[in-house]
Amino acid sequence: MAKELIKGNTAVAEAALRAGLEAYFGYPITPQTELLEHLSARMPELGRPFVQAESELGAINMVYGAACTGKRVMTSSSSPGVSLMMEGLSYIAGTEIPAVLVDVVRGGPGLGNIAPAQGDYNQIVHGGGHGDYHMIVLAPASVQEAVDMTGLAFDLAEKYRYIVTILLDGSIGQMMEPAELPPMQPLKTDVPDWAVRGTNGGEKRVLTSINLDPPAQEVMNLRLMKRWQEIEQNEVRYKEYFLDDAEYVVVGFGTAGRIALSAVRAAREKGIKVGLLRPITVAPFPKDILEELTGKVKAFLVVEMNSGMMLEDVRLVVRGRKPVEFFGRMGGVVPFPDEILTEINQLVEGLLTTEGHPRDRWLARLEKTIG
Amino acid sequence: MPAKGYIEVNELFCKACEICVTDCPFDVLALDMERLTPKGYHPAYMVNPDACTGCGICATVCPDAAITVYRYDRKKAEA
Amino acid sequence: MVLTDTPAKLVYERPEALGTTVTHYCPGCTHGVAHRLVAEVLEEMSEVGNTIGVASVGCSVFAYNYFDFDFVEAAHGRAPAMATGIKRVLPDKTVFTYQGDGDLASIGMGEIVGAASRGELITVVFINNANYGMTGGQMAPTTLPGQKTTSSPTGRDVKRQGYPIQTAELLSTLEGSAYIVRRSLHNSREIRRAKKAIRTAFEVQKKGLGFALVELLSTCPTNWHLTPVEARDWIEERMMPVFPLGDYKISSAVADLKV
Repeated sequence: MAKELIKGNTAVAEAALRAGLEAYFGYPITPQTELLEHLSARMPELGRPFVQAESELGAINMVYGAACTGKRVMTSSSSPGVSLMMEGLSYIAGTEIPAVLVDVVRGGPGLGNIAPAQGDYNQIVHGGGHGDYHMIVLAPASVQEAVDMTGLAFDLAEKYRYIVTILLDGSIGQMMEPAELPPMQPLKTDVPDWAVRGTNGGEKRVLTSINLDPPAQEVMNLRLMKRWQEIEQNEVRYKEYFLDDAEYVVVGFGTAGRIALSAVRAAREKGIKVGLLRPITVAPFPKDILEELTGKVKAFLVVEMNSGMMLEDVRLVVRGRKPVEFFGRMGGVVPFPDEILTEINQLVEGLLTTEGHPRDRWLARLEKTIG
Repeated sequence: MPAKGYIEVNELFCKACEICVTDCPFDVLALDMERLTPKGYHPAYMVNPDACTGCGICATVCPDAAITVYRYDRKKAEA
Repeated sequence: MVLTDTPAKLVYERPEALGTTVTHYCPGCTHGVAHRLVAEVLEEMSEVGNTIGVASVGCSVFAYNYFDFDFVEAAHGRAPAMATGIKRVLPDKTVFTYQGDGDLASIGMGEIVGAASRGELITVVFINNANYGMTGGQMAPTTLPGQKTTSSPTGRDVKRQGYPIQTAELLSTLEGSAYIVRRSLHNSREIRRAKKAIRTAFEVQKKGLGFALVELLSTCPTNWHLTPVEARDWIEERMMPVFPLGDYKISSAVADLKV
């Protein structure tokens, strides 16, 4: 199919529909709303359910119900709305059923603003909802990648009976760029064994997240965790840029990773041996490649549009063996490539240290700029 | 006046709430203070079976669906 | 004396759809009556194998253990949203929620109003027992003025704690609701009327006429500190003046329905 100029939110909506989305439940919130709007027109055209819920609580619990039938279903929202969905996400995880969530992250905390940000990293990657669970988190950096990740999200959700979150930010959601949409897939016809459908005279099926007996709950927890280990084994995805001879490595996901690539290219033109590692799955986190790089390079620079959330995951792998520095912008401010290039230069020229915390050094620098 | 019906109380379900005893219009039922169910309740039983009409009110009000109701088919018996 | 020489015919037995698990409900609690009526109605409609129930959080959290058909368990208050999700993707199935008053009228008020306003083709069985039963008898949105609970120990003071919510009346104002009635489970006559209402509420769904809800005044002897028999009198004397029984919404299509 030919490429077309298409907005990120719309592209993800259309890609989901073409991947066999059978029902969509959502609630308007900027900068995600076009996704809901697109499906409000397209789903009824195809005779598929679309419901604008009374709230994000309603939307995620509609997804919960519909997912219990084994159908391909999804919702989408942005940060404050996703906070409201945390309850339902924990229940879905606890019931071990597949579902897809798109979080088009905006500046926060609180009502914040509607500009692009990555401050939901901890909420999405390290929990948010209660109890022991994980979600698979895909972090595309372009409209095309978001389209490609959408079909994958459903496949992974169904394969592992896990929630898959597509972590976008406002810029990918709002930006128009050329992308090729996938062909229309037929709707799934098989009903998974576990799905409720009415007994029709057979054995009854019950889907619940309750386990009043702690040892039984622990067995369930163990099952979830073992499946997570399997996901960590099989589903890590990332992109490498200029890493072969890199002495310095920038690590960034989504839009921050994409902007960092411009800075890395500019630094390369100046002869600096710097590369970029862009995690596509931020959960499971690409630990092995980072471990490998730790043995090879001089230092890391983590770049995010938050206060250094993925930074902690990087530090857990590097474990003080190599210097790690951090640069971030918060609150919906998008970093410029020049700012990142300056940080790369400082990394090359500056005194490298494994002492202290990179966040403290970054905050001191940032305060001088914006304070 | 011979009984027109009878009931059976499933002692697995009966919790001795006494609602059937109170609501029986013909004072057929009582709690059996000599017996205990597997859950430790004194089950309802027909203390006055001759008065049972098989009306089913006890089963209607029973919160635990513990009561089965029968009615005698005297025409069949006489035939 | 049971006459063994006279033939007898079975006139009533426990519905099979209820399964064989003994409930965890306290002796005399009329949750059990409501369960039984739902099971009887679904059997009479031959819908047992075509039904998906949505249990809620509260004393009825284990409802799925007591019905012998497919069930899912919702988060607190969210059963109508979950039921919406199921019904929208499986429109030919019979989908119902079974919810208490804390679940439906407090934490889940948004979800129930949303479902009713959209005219979701689901059936809601709503148990009103004027307190939070499972957590040990706290004040609920349905607690009566002056009623003592563990969180209104001197009696609900309407100046500080507000007034009870009359759910049936409130939901009946929504155009999407087709059938909204209040019944009671405190005596055999009212139980029979409640059963007819539950039947109608499921028929409304089958016929696609709109959202249907049956509010049932139900006893909570343990938390009311009354015997099961006294608790039934309490419904009549105390609850019914605040929550009058009646038909609050019968849409014209439902009025034409023969049950």
